[in-house]
Parts: sequence; structure tokens; C-alpha cells
Amino acid sequence: MNSHLPAEFIVKVDHYRCRRCKRCILNCGFSALKFENGVVAEHHKCVACHRCVTFCPEQAITVEENRLAYKANAHWSVEVRKNILKQAEQGGMLLTGSGNDKPYLSYFDRLVIDACQVTNPPIDPIREPMELRTYLGRKPDSLGNNTAWNKKIGLDTQLGPQLKLETPIIFGGMSFGAISLNAQKALARAAQACGTFMNTGEGGLHKDLYPYKNNVIVQVASGRFGVNQEYLDQAAAIEIKIGQGAKPGIGGHLPGEKVNQEVSETRMIPIGTDALSPAPHHDIYSIEDLAQLIYALKETVNYSKPVGVKISAVHNVAAIASGITRAGADFIYIDGFRGGTGAAPNVIRDHVGIPIEVAIAAVDDRLRQEGIRNQVSVIAAGGIRHSGDIAKAIALGADAVAIGTAALIAMGCRVCQKCYTGNCSWGIATQRAELVKRLDPDQAAERLINLLQAWSLELKEVLGALGINAIESLRGNRERLRGVGLDDTSLTILGVKPAGQ
Amino acid sequence: MQNCTLAQNNLACAEVSPQARATVWINAKRLSYQELNATIHEAVFGGAKVVEVENVNGQRYIGRGLNQPVEIILHGTPGNDLGCFLNGPQIIVRGNGQDCIGNTMNDGKIVVHGDAGDVLGYGMRGGKLFIRGNVGYRVGIHMKEYRRQVPVMVIGGTAGDFFGEYMAGGIIILLGLEQTDRPIAGDYLGTGMHGGVIYVRGEVDPAQLGKEVVVMSITPADEVVLDQHLSEFCRDFNLDYAAIRNKPFIKLVPTSHRPYGRLYAY
Repeated sequence: MNSHLPAEFIVKVDHYRCRRCKRCILNCGFSALKFENGVVAEHHKCVACHRCVTFCPEQAITVEENRLAYKANAHWSVEVRKNILKQAEQGGMLLTGSGNDKPYLSYFDRLVIDACQVTNPPIDPIREPMELRTYLGRKPDSLGNNTAWNKKIGLDTQLGPQLKLETPIIFGGMSFGAISLNAQKALARAAQACGTFMNTGEGGLHKDLYPYKNNVIVQVASGRFGVNQEYLDQAAAIEIKIGQGAKPGIGGHLPGEKVNQEVSETRMIPIGTDALSPAPHHDIYSIEDLAQLIYALKETVNYSKPVGVKISAVHNVAAIASGITRAGADFIYIDGFRGGTGAAPNVIRDHVGIPIEVAIAAVDDRLRQEGIRNQVSVIAAGGIRHSGDIAKAIALGADAVAIGTAALIAMGCRVCQKCYTGNCSWGIATQRAELVKRLDPDQAAERLINLLQAWSLELKEVLGALGINAIESLRGNRERLRGVGLDDTSLTILGVKPAGQ
Repeated sequence: MQNCTLAQNNLACAEVSPQARATVWINAKRLSYQELNATIHEAVFGGAKVVEVENVNGQRYIGRGLNQPVEIILHGTPGNDLGCFLNGPQIIVRGNGQDCIGNTMNDGKIVVHGDAGDVLGYGMRGGKLFIRGNVGYRVGIHMKEYRRQVPVMVIGGTAGDFFGEYMAGGIIILLGLEQTDRPIAGDYLGTGMHGGVIYVRGEVDPAQLGKEVVVMSITPADEVVLDQHLSEFCRDFNLDYAAIRNKPFIKLVPTSHRPYGRLYAY
């Protein structure tokens, strides 16, 4: 039985202004507009991606929420009722894209950053050098320097491979398959221009990205798609993907429809077959097994590049991080429950995992208590929205942050959360050739470069206000954070004092 | 590095190959895996066509990072992740193998003259993996194929649970030649399978099968595939081909190439 759900949005076309150029119809990736003696909208297909609104030369289109009068009910929200109707009709899991959109408490929004006044003066970043450079990788327990009187003073300690970041922001793993090749190219170009890194996700590496190998982190996930010697060679670092913030503990599933010729080539699977990533790596059931894979990769690339592990933030993340460090990882990438996804069951995205803020604090605490914090770099991700979040994440104990959704928004994403359909009108989360070509990799790269530049400038201002001149001095510096309106237990877990104290 | 003997010996490999080839002998006694693998690497890049390693005792990752068509002969028991990401070499183990042999293997061949452990050929995309004896759990998980790369795994003995789980492509042949009390394969055989084919010599209790597979009878095309790989298997282990073919095979194939296509509501 059809549920006859009303449309979520209403597309209004001002026929007085419309000059019938049909540009809106061509632009809609979801076929919500058609021409019948004029532009006619099929409201129920509209996802509010704003593509038609943006490209109508006459500004004749507006999209409004369908404010159908549902009987108010604080418990049985409209969304809940619609979802039940949909599932009663189709009997499947609800699928969604992008990050958790539920109004959970944001710890970032309850933390404020300290500043200097009078007694210890702030620094003006416009006049004075500010250091944002960050090195990701294992640091030695002690440094031996050569102090013999007749020799040039230098470092004796042999450092393991490190990733040099000019700004403490990298792009998180987004696979070719989930996003388009043009989107990946834009990320790679921006990473190269900004002296930072993009991450291939688990979809393999397209040959067009080989020139950016010094700025690419490749992922080895449970499906091992596209993983071979050549893939491992074409990277600056390798990341073993255990989990993802949007879907902790569950596998990945790229539907066969998205596996076209090119996706098939990078994933090295036949066209049209489902790309299933099992929930666990079946060769990893313990920390010892993880160590085995870490060293398999290190051996395979002759210890020439860092090998890290990506996990999603879960309640025992601190113990897991300790194990990962002891297993030999050079960096840990922790993805909080607001992390984005190309596709995940709604129930997992919205209800599983923990916020990144508490995960960073717990991991940083634990690694310090065990005296192994220097052995691993911590990358925090999952809902980083602006430079304020970055400063807070680093002050809580991260070495750097990774951004995904923010980078996509910079490229034009309107967060309509329909990534899983593959119809992205902005050419980002799609493999349809006519949509992909809408995203110019050069222009998108420029926008990403601008974003990183803007955030880097803001980070320098924050450092200046704090009276410090290197991002290193901010790392784990929770004394410079204060909590506003947080309960005592949360403050203890975060390791910050309440504002006013 | 002092413990290894690097010696050129053109005659030692006469039984391996009719042509006289450059053979390098390495003594793995008291070598860590890092030292041993670096030594093998050095030998291969020094032009060795055959590398024979004696006293192998648990060293991991042998064969890693090699793209050359070299032959590596191991005497003893190599450690876990033998031939991980293997891409061309041929590895012969004169002894038992451990876990994770041929992990994410891309090309080449691994031949084990004894038993082997768990998680063999995980994510294997190409090449051949021949095991003479029995194998453990989770063998052949997520094997896949791509274009002309079709991985082939032949197990002479029996297999444990989760054999061929999540299999997405390739060919697995399970012979059950060893006399043991346990059934030829364990439970959850082919669970989540969505590509490829598993041939089993003998019968399998339907209760052991994953719900994503069906049993089919052998076609003439299957006979050709079996013939090709089994004759090679018999050559490698000096087995009687006719004796292996005296028992009928069954074929396990996935019911769908998209077992999870209907899990979602839109």
C-alpha cells in the first residue's frame, strides 16, 4: 500500500518572471522539474539542493518547506511519523547521507577560548610570525643530540617518517564512488597547494591523482578495494580504516549502480557489482592482529611512510587508542559521531557513537597517563565547522583535524543529505557524467584553498589572542579552555574548568 | 645480517628448473623478519631468480614488496602474512604455513606443502594459492576478481568455518583429501557470497551453507576449469590426478550478485 506521503518541499515558480529558458529543468539532478507549457514542479522529488534556485537567471524559483499542518506532537515528531509510514511501505532500512543532523548537545558550542589581557600581552599575528606547521607521525621518547666539541651540532636521533602539514587541517577520507573524480581532484589540488593532505577513502586511487602522490593518504579498508603495491606506493601515508564516525561498527556498501567503468577501475571490481566492505577486517580481531597489518604495510613500503589507523569515536576509544599506539600506528584518526558519510542507515548515523570532543579528551588523557602520547599523532574529525572548532579540538588534545563536510560545502554542497542517491546536482556526490562535469576541479580547488587560508588566518588570530605563537603550544592546552553551562562530570571528562574559575 | 649466507650457486636449482638460474641461499636462523625480508629484497634486486631460504621459523611478511617474477623457496615454517600484497613472485613452502597467507594478494603463486592456518587469501584479487593440507577458519574471505585477474585457491584438505565468506569473485576448490573426522568444510560456508564460485569434492550438509549460496551441479564448462587447476595442483604436489577426480564435485554459487540490494527504503 502506498503511504501517499506529502512532498517535503514546495517548489514555487514565478511564472511572471520565468522566461522559459528551461535551465532549471536541465540543472535538477533529481528530475523534479519538467516542462508542460511552462515549468512545472514535481514537488515530491525536490530535495532542496538549491541548484535550480541558484541557476535561474530570473530568480524566479523559490523552494519552501512544505509546512503542512501536522497535528503537533512533541514525542511523535513529523519526521518520526513519516519514517514509519515509509518503512511500513517498503520494509527496508532508512538510508541517509551526510552527517548526523539531530540536535544533540555540542560540546564545542559549550567551550570558550581564553585570551590575554594586561598581565600577559597578546601577540599580533599581523606583525609577528605564527607557526601552524604540524608534523604527524611517531616522535621518539628522547632526543639525542650530538654535542661533541668538534662537530656541528645536530640531532642524533633517527626520526620515523612524518607528514608535514603547513596548517593543521587535512581532508578526511571520501572515496571515489561516494564523491566524483572532479571533487577528488579538487581536494588533491587544494591539498598540494596548501601543503596538506587529502585522503582517498576506501575506493582506490584514480590514475589522475598520481601526480598528487605527495599529498595523498591512501586507505586500506576491510574490502581492500583497489589495494595493491602500486596503490601503496602512490601515497604519502597509509591509513587502515577500521571505522567511520557516521557509521561505527558497520561496513560500507557502494551499490552496484554507482560502480561505473571508472569506479570499477579504481576499486578493481567488475562494473555494476556491489562493493561490500565487511564490518570488521577479517584479518583483524585483536590489537595483535592490527599490529600485524600495520607492520605488513610498513614492511611492504619499506618503512618509508607513516601508517595510521582510523576509528570512530566510541565509549572505550581511549583504551582502543592506547592499543593502536602500542600496535605501532604512527597516527590515529578519530571520527566523531557527527562525521559525514556517502550512505549510512539513518538509525546508525543518528544514534551510534560519541561526540569527538569527549573522545579527543579521553584519548589524550589516557595516552598521557600511559606516557605514550609522543608515540602517536591524533587527528580529530567529525563535524568540524570552523576555525573555532579546530582551535578547541587542538586545545583538547588533537594534533590536527580532518574536515569532510566542510570541504564539500566549500565546493558547493548544500547538505541536502541525498548523497546516497548519486543524483547530486552539484556534481559532488555523483558519478553521472553530465552532473560530474558541473564541478570544475580548478574552481573548486581554489575555493578549498581559500577556505583553508581563511581558517589558517583565523587560527593565527586565536593563537595571538592566547598570547602564544605556535599551534604546538595550544595542543592539549586545556587550561586555555573554559566550559559554559556544562555539568561537573562533562567538565571532568573534558578536563576543563568552568567559565569564571 | 652476519648470519645469512649469500652465495651464488647456479647448480643448486637444477631440480627446480631445467635452466641454470641464479640462486641465492639465505639462512634464516636467528634472523628477525625485518632482517630476513630485507635480505630477500636485496637478493632479488641483486638479480637472483631463485631465492632459497633455510631454517625459516615464524618470520612474517615474506615476499612483501616484490613485483619481480622471482621464485622463493622456503624450508621451515614461515610466519603470518606470507606473501601479503604479493604481486608476481612464486613462493613455495616446504613445510606448514601460518595465518593470513596471500593477504590482499594481487598476482603470483603460493604453494604450501603442508597445512596452513586461518584467514588465507583475504581480499585476494589475483594469483594462485595452493595448500596441500588442511586449512583453518575464515579462508578465502572477500576474494574478488577484476578483468583478467581471477584468483584461484585450491585446498587439498578440509577447511574450517566461514570458508569463502563475502566472496566477490574468483575460484575456490576444496578437495578434502585428508582423512579427518570433521566435515570437509565448516559452518557458514559462503555466507554473504556475491560473486565467484566454490567447488567442493564430495557433499556438504545444507545446514552448513550460508543462505546466500545455492548448490549447482557441474557443467562441462566447470569440468574444464577443474581440469586446468587440478592438473596444475597435482603437478605441484606430485599427486595422482585420476584419484582426485574419482569423486564427484558440487558447485556453490551465489544466489544473487547483489545480496543486500533490498535492505533499504528510499
